[in-house]
Amino acid sequence: MGSNTDRIVKRIDLKAPLARVWQALTDYREFSQWFRVNLEGPFVAGQKTRGRITYPGYEHLVMELTVNKMEPQRLFSYYWHPYAIDPKVDYSKEPPTLVEFTLEPIPGGTRLIVSESGFDALPPDRRDEAFRMNGGGWEHQMKNIETHVSRPA
Amino acid sequence: MSAGRHRRPAARRVPPAHAGSANIFAALADDTRLSLLTALSQRPRLSIASLTTGSRLTRQAITKHLRVLRDAGLVRHVRKGREQIFELQPSAIDEARRALDSIALQWEGALLRLKAFVEQ
Repeated sequence: MGSNTDRIVKRIDLKAPLARVWQALTDYREFSQWFRVNLEGPFVAGQKTRGRITYPGYEHLVMELTVNKMEPQRLFSYYWHPYAIDPKVDYSKEPPTLVEFTLEPIPGGTRLIVSESGFDALPPDRRDEAFRMNGGGWEHQMKNIETHVSRPA
Repeated sequence: MSAGRHRRPAARRVPPAHAGSANIFAALADDTRLSLLTALSQRPRLSIASLTTGSRLTRQAITKHLRVLRDAGLVRHVRKGREQIFELQPSAIDEARRALDSIALQWEGALLRLKAFVEQ
């Protein structure tokens, strides 16, 4: 089949030093800004933090994650329940997915690889719910971001 | 091919537009069914008999797995004389891929926001 339905991997090269990227990822206030969430507390390995989504249209949702690993300037990872979109449902008994940010120095900046895995273990119904939620909206958002980043600084 | 397209019996519940992927992922979450799909991706049309050959499972068990794959829209079957021939239904696999792609797109959006954030 060749298609892997369990894991997503994305890579991006950033024109910023390793230390800067590490801070943007692991300082919960900075993470909140670019991720569009309002996290209430810092990232501490083995501990939970949560916060309300600030992305337009999803402000009624709260996201919660449990930090897995923090290896300075190399690896930051956490578990969460992706697309827990019904505020009335307790998702804590479902298997979480693991999000891993891996950093590598490259000439002129930092290579960031993000991987999210564990989708195959999600209950099929939930998976489907998640996909429905994502349908369409993100394509529109990608265009907004393109406009934003291509604007002269 | 399109003229002879096999339609599901009307009695079967027709899933809403996007609900198909739940069935697809449930259907894929099984080693036997994955190996059946692999076999069908290597040889375009196979009978139940040839899909059973080389498997430790009975013909009945293989038939049951093929039914799950068919209900998820991953394979379809045609009758050829007394035999049932199975073949892949590629569009369903595309749908599963698209579903995962939409989550990947979400990450792309987040990473581009991060890029703008650290490069400013």
